[in-house]
Amino acid sequence: MDITLDVNGVKRHVAADPETSLLEVLRDDLGLTGAKYGCGESECGACTILLDGENIHSCVTSLSEAQGKKIVTIEGLPKNGKLDPVQQAFLDEGAMQCGYCVAGMILAARALLDKNPHPSDAEIFEHMNGNICRCGGYPRMIAAIKRAAGNPK
Amino acid sequence: MSATTLTRRQMLKTLGGGILVLAVAPDAIAAAWAQRRGGPPVPQEIGAWLHIADNGHVTVFTGKVEVGQNARTSITQAACEELRVSPESVKVVMGDTDLVPYDMGTFGSRTTPTMLPQVRKAAAAARELLVDVAAKKSGLDRASLQAHDGRVAGPNFSATYGELAKGQSLDKTISNDIALTPTDAWKEMGMPLPKVAAEEIVTGKHQYASDISRPGMLHAKVLRPPSFGATLTSLDTKAAEAMAGVRIVHDGDFVAAAAPTERAARAAIEAIKAEWKETKQPGHADLFTLLRGVDAATPAATGEKTLQGTYRCEFIAHVPLEPRAALAEWDGKRMTVYTGTQRPFAVRDEVAAATGLTAKEVRVIVPDTGSGYGGKHTGDTAVEAARIAKATGKPVKIVWTRPEEFTWAYLRPAGIVEITSAVSAAGRLQGWTHDNYNSGPAAIDTPYAVEPKHAQFHEADSPLRQGSYRSLAACFNNFARETHMDELAHMLGQDPVQFRLANIENPRLKNVLTAAAEKFGWPGKAPTGHGCGIACGTEKGSYVATAAEVAIEGNEAKLVRAVIAYECGAIVNPELLKNQVVGALIMGIGGALFEEIDFDHGRILTDRLSKYRVPRYADIPPIDCILLDRKDLPSVGAGETPIIGIAPAVGNAIFAATGVRLQALPLKLP
Repeated sequence: MDITLDVNGVKRHVAADPETSLLEVLRDDLGLTGAKYGCGESECGACTILLDGENIHSCVTSLSEAQGKKIVTIEGLPKNGKLDPVQQAFLDEGAMQCGYCVAGMILAARALLDKNPHPSDAEIFEHMNGNICRCGGYPRMIAAIKRAAGNPK
Repeated sequence: MSATTLTRRQMLKTLGGGILVLAVAPDAIAAAWAQRRGGPPVPQEIGAWLHIADNGHVTVFTGKVEVGQNARTSITQAACEELRVSPESVKVVMGDTDLVPYDMGTFGSRTTPTMLPQVRKAAAAARELLVDVAAKKSGLDRASLQAHDGRVAGPNFSATYGELAKGQSLDKTISNDIALTPTDAWKEMGMPLPKVAAEEIVTGKHQYASDISRPGMLHAKVLRPPSFGATLTSLDTKAAEAMAGVRIVHDGDFVAAAAPTERAARAAIEAIKAEWKETKQPGHADLFTLLRGVDAATPAATGEKTLQGTYRCEFIAHVPLEPRAALAEWDGKRMTVYTGTQRPFAVRDEVAAATGLTAKEVRVIVPDTGSGYGGKHTGDTAVEAARIAKATGKPVKIVWTRPEEFTWAYLRPAGIVEITSAVSAAGRLQGWTHDNYNSGPAAIDTPYAVEPKHAQFHEADSPLRQGSYRSLAACFNNFARETHMDELAHMLGQDPVQFRLANIENPRLKNVLTAAAEKFGWPGKAPTGHGCGIACGTEKGSYVATAAEVAIEGNEAKLVRAVIAYECGAIVNPELLKNQVVGALIMGIGGALFEEIDFDHGRILTDRLSKYRVPRYADIPPIDCILLDRKDLPSVGAGETPIIGIAPAVGNAIFAATGVRLQALPLKLP
């Protein structure tokens, strides 16, 4: 079945069953490998993308759920060649180790700051709790999110 | 041809001329380790090589790999320090078995103490060679020339390294005794150079092994038996083979489906009809009886007051966020495998053995990997992908699912520790015995001043596949010992810090314990329902002390704050060291409070993240990290040891809060 997706502002055509996982299509059909597989059951957040501005786990999102909505992946986050402030803040705070979780972290944080530009620590913890960093990089990621909050888009 | 078989001349030609320096320095400790494990001796004497091209670009070649511990960055700093160049002009080629010298693997915290000196020696030799070239070119006295900022300069003379390397075809093997820049003169090492290639990560451009693809590539899935040890009794792949684009590979009990998409490969596996003969397998209920095995019958320590304790820890999983993954390409002559592993050369040999090729016919390339924690020593996916690639003639990618990762990877060993101790009424240790069953010997020796002492590791038949893990058994041995020390302090009515200090002679251990206690404000002011605990330890040449305050909510302990003090000699990069130290503490929270593998009938029951809890944002308290910089001591690794203090600190804090002494990991209140 031919499905049209709006990915990073570009219309993309995919021939796949509407129940196919969006993560698999982004990675394998569209070559957007910034979103990662980590668990396949919405537990780790490595596959986080933005769907109409909400951070969602693309591993458990079907193509049909994504159809007609604006998909933003890490590849589409920089604007006019400039890193998003959250990306820049992760760089400035050195908020990464192996880096496998980082794209998901950045997109989850982007969605938080779009809705709540100055979140409290508790609000950051609650919003980000679905994203796992096995290297234990959380403290610097919290610092990066706060830094980005002070440096809006 | 593998570069390890190239002559230096051939290699220099391949690199396009310039200057090539080879650092001779066998990793004596890694070699001893290999031999102790019954492995072959390290076959190469070359630890690293370094090339300067005629455009001035510096390339360092090393068999170490990057798994998030930031070896790429520290190796860059090491090269810059001795070559007097900026980090932008240095590229580090890591873990490519065709291009880099043989290396045992990235484990045991060996990169800092052994690879950094080798890279520095190669860089220092290259710098001196460049000065020689400049002296010849300029006719100036060598002593009047200085290397700095990527140039050699002297009176009325200045030339870039590129200009000096141009047209040269120099190679040099250096000896072990070349002088290195003294620590107090460091300009690049000791500095907080940000992670190399960090922008690739925040933009999603970095390609992990699981992200790489090739034209015509197939995705593959392996048919898994229902339980460990099961053997195939019947197989019907007709329906799967009839599916569009599907290739079935069948060789003994190995059955795999390859297809143009992962979903098609998955569907093909589901369409296979297979019957398996299962064998009886032990379950978790039998675990500790199995591990205890033969009684060590160690005589208990004797003295004025005695104590004994039995401690246990469960199997835990590494849960690297990037599961094992590999992409194999077979061109009819050579097999190239991209995979995330900590031991590229060992995986090369595994792949060769599994595919009937020689090691020279296999190339393993390790892209910077989505973490390892000691869990990626083996080449499971590399072997699977290579077998299917050879059978189908197509590039084949395999990415394990999380349940496959939990079930078919190896685990950190479960274990039992039995300690007996004796202590004087005044609080001086008089005797100590420590027997570890199955979990391992790392950090089994007590760092406290006590005689007589006994420490012994007893192997057991593990019911599950087990292997390396961040700090190996040091986590559990230190948990048992530091819990026992706390029990002794309580028995004597002494303060846990004072009791420890009275029994420590090693000043480095004393320093971290004192630093952590001071920063924490020991003994702390815990409100009702809270408690404070502390622990210290040493392993692989570095020293750690961790203090924690917990709050008891129902039967759950929640970490309220933590302090960690760490010392690993001269600090190579304070910011990235802090990342490792705090990250290890956080990873250790999982082993301390949540993580345990449950299993029965040859199946892992906790085979997904919804059944196996790892630390998340909400579990992380404010953490103060104190790094003690000992510029007078050699730098040692820091990827492992900082993890060993948190579990006993939390256990001791739970005791302080509740009076309940927990002697098993994970710590669970009744």
